[in-house]
Amino acid sequence: MSVVIEQPRSPRSRNGANWEKYGWIFMRASGVILIFLVLGHLFVNLYLGEGIKAIDFAFVGGKWSDPFWKVWDLAMLWLAMIHGTNGMRTIVNDYATKETIRKALVTSLWGVCAVLITLGTLVVFTFDPCPAGALPELLPSFCPVNAS
Amino acid sequence: MPSLPAGTLYRGKVGMWSWVLHRITGVAIFFFLLVHVLDTALVRLSPEAYNAVINTYKTPLIGVAELGLVAAVLYHSMNGVRIVLIDFWRKGVKYQNIMFWIVVSIAFIVFAIFTPRHLSHVFG
Ligand code: HEM
Repeated sequence: MSVVIEQPRSPRSRNGANWEKYGWIFMRASGVILIFLVLGHLFVNLYLGEGIKAIDFAFVGGKWSDPFWKVWDLAMLWLAMIHGTNGMRTIVNDYATKETIRKALVTSLWGVCAVLITLGTLVVFTFDPCPAGALPELLPSFCPVNAS
Repeated sequence: MPSLPAGTLYRGKVGMWSWVLHRITGVAIFFFLLVHVLDTALVRLSPEAYNAVINTYKTPLIGVAELGLVAAVLYHSMNGVRIVLIDFWRKGVKYQNIMFWIVVSIAFIVFAIFTPRHLSHVFG
């Protein structure tokens, strides 16, 4: 078996930080914040206005020209990715029977998590709602090409 | 005749099935999130690329699948509150069963409000 379960109520035998405990606390704290971030995200993007029909490049451009939505989406990206990856880690720990496979899966999970958080963060920070040379009708109405 | 052991918080009955559902919905949302970060990243490539991919979200097939995603998020988030209450509220364990049905009710009501509106966007 890959996981050694200690006797209940035995004193802690390891030294150093108790990462499992911090993970446990993080799942609950991030979960409570994600309720507002994720349900608010679904409400604004899928329920208000024309819902899914209205979502296109100009819609995203409009939202991300407001720092409020940039901060919202960045917080949601980081918290949901870490919460989801840590949840998947728990599941892998539960079901993987070979230690090498368990290690490989957990390492891949955090690798994918790091790549997607980096990608998503760069996208939000380097986003240009009015890229040069794009078709004007695909851009938000506030772009200079659409001003006249 | 030995009798069957009664269900406990995490064994049998509501305690167990709420956990199974929480796990399944968590995994489903996780894999959607991976795809969703990638498709959103296309805004950095070109408006055409982003619009082409996001338009598939408006098709009837994916549009209906989104209802499944919303249902999963509603259940997972409401049951997440139930888990936090079980862990931190003195009476949490005592009321875990009724809290499960409250979770299901809230999720169902919000889902029932969301669904007709979303379908009218997808098929309208
Ligand atoms: C919307 C608000 C959310 C709340 C309130 C919430 C709450 C929770 C809680 C309390 C746990 C249990 C952690 C534990 O037992 O240690 C959990 C597990 C989990 N969550 Fe979430 N979560 C939310 C959103 C998400 C999202 C967006 C994802 C996916 C990216 C996700 C994926 C998972 C996974 C995979 C697990 C592990 C399930 C298991 O171990 O059986 N959750 N969540």
